[in-house]
Amino acid sequence: MSRESRDTSSPAPIFALVDGNSFYCSCERVFDPSLINQPVIVLSNNDGCVISRTDEAKAIGVKMGDPLHLIGDIIRRHRVRVYSSNYALYGDMSARMMTTLAQFTPELEVYSIDEAFLSLGGFAGCDLADYAREIRRVVRRDTGIPTAIGIGPTKVLAKVANRAAKKNKISGGVLNLCDRTAQDSVLAEFAVADVWGIGARSAAKLARMGVATAMQLRDADADAVQKLLTIVGKRIVLELRGQSCLALEMVQEDRKQIVSSKSFGRPVYTLNELKEAVANYATRACEKLRRQKSSCHVLSVFVQTNRFKDIAQYYNSATVNMGTGTASTSRLIAAANGALETIFRDGIEYKKAGVILSDLRAASAVEFSLFDDQHKHAQDIKAMSVMDAINARMGRDTLKVGACGNVRAGTSANAGANGVANVKVGGARMAQARAAGQSAPAPAWTMKAAMRTPCYTTRWQDLLKVG
Amino acid sequence: MPSKSRNNTAAPARAAKSRVVKTNVHLPFFGCSVSCGFPSPADDYIEKKLDLNEYLIDKPAATFFVRVSGDSMIGAGIHPDDLLIVDRSKEPKNKSIVLAIVNGDFTVKRYMCRGGKIILKAENPAHADIAIVDGMQFEVVGVCTNVIHNLK
Repeated sequence: MSRESRDTSSPAPIFALVDGNSFYCSCERVFDPSLINQPVIVLSNNDGCVISRTDEAKAIGVKMGDPLHLIGDIIRRHRVRVYSSNYALYGDMSARMMTTLAQFTPELEVYSIDEAFLSLGGFAGCDLADYAREIRRVVRRDTGIPTAIGIGPTKVLAKVANRAAKKNKISGGVLNLCDRTAQDSVLAEFAVADVWGIGARSAAKLARMGVATAMQLRDADADAVQKLLTIVGKRIVLELRGQSCLALEMVQEDRKQIVSSKSFGRPVYTLNELKEAVANYATRACEKLRRQKSSCHVLSVFVQTNRFKDIAQYYNSATVNMGTGTASTSRLIAAANGALETIFRDGIEYKKAGVILSDLRAASAVEFSLFDDQHKHAQDIKAMSVMDAINARMGRDTLKVGACGNVRAGTSANAGANGVANVKVGGARMAQARAAGQSAPAPAWTMKAAMRTPCYTTRWQDLLKVG
Repeated sequence: MPSKSRNNTAAPARAAKSRVVKTNVHLPFFGCSVSCGFPSPADDYIEKKLDLNEYLIDKPAATFFVRVSGDSMIGAGIHPDDLLIVDRSKEPKNKSIVLAIVNGDFTVKRYMCRGGKIILKAENPAHADIAIVDGMQFEVVGVCTNVIHNLK
């Protein structure tokens, strides 16, 4: 391991990358033991394509990204168990996994829903592979999620180790690449395109340079790589050499832009339906905005058709300058719906719409112009914080802006077509609608999730039943 | 796992992101504001509110709730529709009540372990015990630590 002149008081960094095997499928298995040893797949939003598959599904030829309608044959022949994604469940299981991992190190970076980097810098004295096997055992026991763990002196090498542990089915699911000989044998067989941070385009560029394996990239001239792939590429080279350039990111940076968009479950044709969808996306985006205590100065709305379908194609977007920054759902919905009116065209089969909030700044730094109504602004802030507090306690969308329609109860869309903020107490009305039975169809814009499992860990009425 | 967020589908994802282990925090309520009159003589004695999560759950991240169906454990005070609290992190001892997987199904039974033999015992004469033998799919999911029975 090459060492730069480092502060001798702090130990050399060691990273472990822990990730959940076929995470979404594994979450489903925790609550349905009949899925153990069976091929299982989980589909993307709208039940589009495969986003998680178990080893059994992989073995019969199901690939990541396969569209559902193209693999019907395999599914029937091998009785593959198919599920819509259940993000409430996966989010909760992820939080459990991360909490469990946090017992094992003072420093942890949650990298994605199913991956975390752990700093094991102070643990060089103990057998790291043994320690990692203990981490694996406890995560499996406490959460039911099987994991793989890669260990290395840098984040890039830990990623390599993790991938190699899984790919080579290393027993115990742990691979330690802190040692140079171990690095050599793995990197020589490791495709450069699979190295963390090397995308398909970079891999093609490197191929022209004669670099096909991770080992060749490690041993390439770092400055030449920098010319080809910028400083990012050079850092990867150094990291492959065991020189840590990427530190653990313990604090997540606030987002610079918030996007909320989804494909519709069924085609949407009317302005009112589009408005309702956009109002709901804006609501989600605003929740995120307020969570990171930002205000938004620019809002964009876009609509588009299904480009894979042989129909009249249309894509358009509109942007609104919000003047004084705002985090008010009602103000942003009004702006979004106004923008939508300017780009809406009749006779189009819409597939997708979305809201983008940008030019985000700290909410505390809002500057008023002479003509701004500061009293109204203060009222907005108060209303939003009450709305967030009620929704946090009573469940998402208990209280929402009228323009969003009554989606949970499945009634038709006619509310708030002009998007004017009129905050309704939805709870009582929804309870009535629920009691009356959910006979009305869901609006076309809601997602298709025909095979979703219950929210076993986040809703009382969805708890697992055991005899 | 923020126990507070069990009813809320949005919160788990948020918890994952913030990576901080949150628990319920109840702020003590002070009976007077600073500007008025005499302070309440009780203000010096305010303690935090009692939190059932604290009483019932050792390890939130490893604890799951399940709903009881059937009466095979009625002799142990576990009735249909009761709520069971299952801690996956606890190792079963002899006579622990466990949630187990047997041949692809969940079951709640008393774990009897003697001389290397495991029997899952029902607490109702109408239900047969399950003797665990080689070739069975068997796993203890967790130990049932508490049962919540509604008296209404």
